[in-house]
Amino acid sequence: MDWTALDLSLRLAAWTVAILLPVSVLLGRFLAFRQFRGKALVEALVMLPLVLPPTVLGFYLLVSFGRSSPIGQAWSSVFGQQLVFSFEGLVLASVLFNLPFAVQPAQRGFQAIPAEVREAAACCGMSPLRALWKVDLPLAWPGVVTAMVLTFAHTLGEFGIVLMVGGSIPGETKTIAIAIYDRVQAFDTDSAAIMSAVLVAISLVTIAVTFALSARVGRRLS
Amino acid sequence: MALEVMARAATPIPLEVAFSVAPGELLALVGHSGSGKTTLLRTIAGLWTPANARVAVDGMPWLDTGARVNLPSHRRRVGLVFQNYALFPHMSAAQNVMAAMDRADPAEADRILDLVNLHGLGARKPAQLSGGQQQRVAVARALARRPQALLLDEPFSAVDRATREKLYGEIIALRAHLKMPVVLVTHDVNEAQLLADRMVVIEKGYVLREGTTAEVMADAVALRAMGIREMAAMLPATIAEHLPDGLTRLDAASGPLFLPMVEGAPGTRVRVRIMAHEVILSRARPEGLSAQNILAGTVARIVPGGGSGVMVHVAVGEHGILARITCRAADQLGLKPGDTIHAILKSMSVARDHVARATDRQQAAE
Repeated sequence: MDWTALDLSLRLAAWTVAILLPVSVLLGRFLAFRQFRGKALVEALVMLPLVLPPTVLGFYLLVSFGRSSPIGQAWSSVFGQQLVFSFEGLVLASVLFNLPFAVQPAQRGFQAIPAEVREAAACCGMSPLRALWKVDLPLAWPGVVTAMVLTFAHTLGEFGIVLMVGGSIPGETKTIAIAIYDRVQAFDTDSAAIMSAVLVAISLVTIAVTFALSARVGRRLS
Repeated sequence: MALEVMARAATPIPLEVAFSVAPGELLALVGHSGSGKTTLLRTIAGLWTPANARVAVDGMPWLDTGARVNLPSHRRRVGLVFQNYALFPHMSAAQNVMAAMDRADPAEADRILDLVNLHGLGARKPAQLSGGQQQRVAVARALARRPQALLLDEPFSAVDRATREKLYGEIIALRAHLKMPVVLVTHDVNEAQLLADRMVVIEKGYVLREGTTAEVMADAVALRAMGIREMAAMLPATIAEHLPDGLTRLDAASGPLFLPMVEGAPGTRVRVRIMAHEVILSRARPEGLSAQNILAGTVARIVPGGGSGVMVHVAVGEHGILARITCRAADQLGLKPGDTIHAILKSMSVARDHVARATDRQQAAE
């Protein structure tokens, strides 16, 4: 059992969720309520990582994060280290890769709020920010929570993109999914089996607890 | 604190409307669905901006497209009661009311909930309230905003008839507390006639007629738009006594009126809506009739309708009632202005929701 890899995976998932939470709320709400030219294109871009093979996205990220790329150069001049094959680069890739999981359920959650209820909030004197806090989020939060759970669970299981952008550096970019692959390659099936079971258990518990919680709150709300 | 509204637009529906509402006055915007009346209400609330519009309260513009003034909804002191109430489902009734306050004040919320007869129901969620109770919460929430204009969008359309009658009475009673202009959007002419001081009839985005309720309700053009069968007069009366046979005797200027049980203590001033097509005219005072109400008056005017009917305006004391009869009957009776006439009205032809308490303002106008 590679505890370092598990710890790394959990940290990666936590950072991805932390960064995507505000994105999920703000972008999800924006896409749910605003009509604008080119909206279909923006929605398609958000959804794109869902249909692309992780290797394709990973390839582009590798190219654009690389030492010779403007992003890579800017990063290393500010932080003194390179973006690819680092934990930070992995977080960035994971954030982009999880965009559809983080935005789509939140957007659906906000869309389910009747337009009249939101108009009522404005007529009650609530500023858009206050309406977000007092009305939109309390009504749309199951969608936001679903988005975060999906993001968390999905990050734990991420493989292709991590391999492309992160390589397999222990303690830096070697996540549990990579570690399992490593063990299988080394014919260490016992370790692979234990880690796989741990991953299944963590994912199952995370999702089950969230469903149970939202069902309970759903009953309280209705 | 008068409300002035002017709106002009070509899309999504053509609109060319201007009106003003005095403080404490209730103006009904009446029209069929699609006439633009709800769009006007949304314009006042800031939920919609026509190409060319001006909305001002007490001279202060909320919206003036010419001067590029357009306050967002949350910066207009407006109370809007939505057709389906649009209550916040995750909040209790009291929290809904407090959501509209600048600073949440539970005592004030209780006071407003008492005002709309929801005493003790503040802790309930909207889903635990009946339709009528939800409507009262919506009214309370609108009032909690301390609005400079109160807007009611078909607020009685989502409840059953019995509840609606009750809510009419409550709105009428509440009007004593309302100092701001009130705009009621409705397609129900009875509702407008019972509740409003003035009416604006809107058809396809244009003002067809505007005036006091009595003026508009006697206007042939307005009535053609609203439906001629809606034509009716309002007769002021006072509840005299409740009779053991289930009828109520009311005293009107023209004499007693017997109607099916009218709620209210003796002495209560009410207004009775008498439908023009329910009134029978007779030259001689008829005898041996089952009809309980015979009102003596004189023919004031005879207005020909578009088709086979005429509208006879009958002066009864200081008031008027309307009788819609056929041209043929008018000819047979040889009716002309100044003639003495008897208007006959079946007790049972006055529906329960056609009798309502009179507000002070309506009494003064009558």
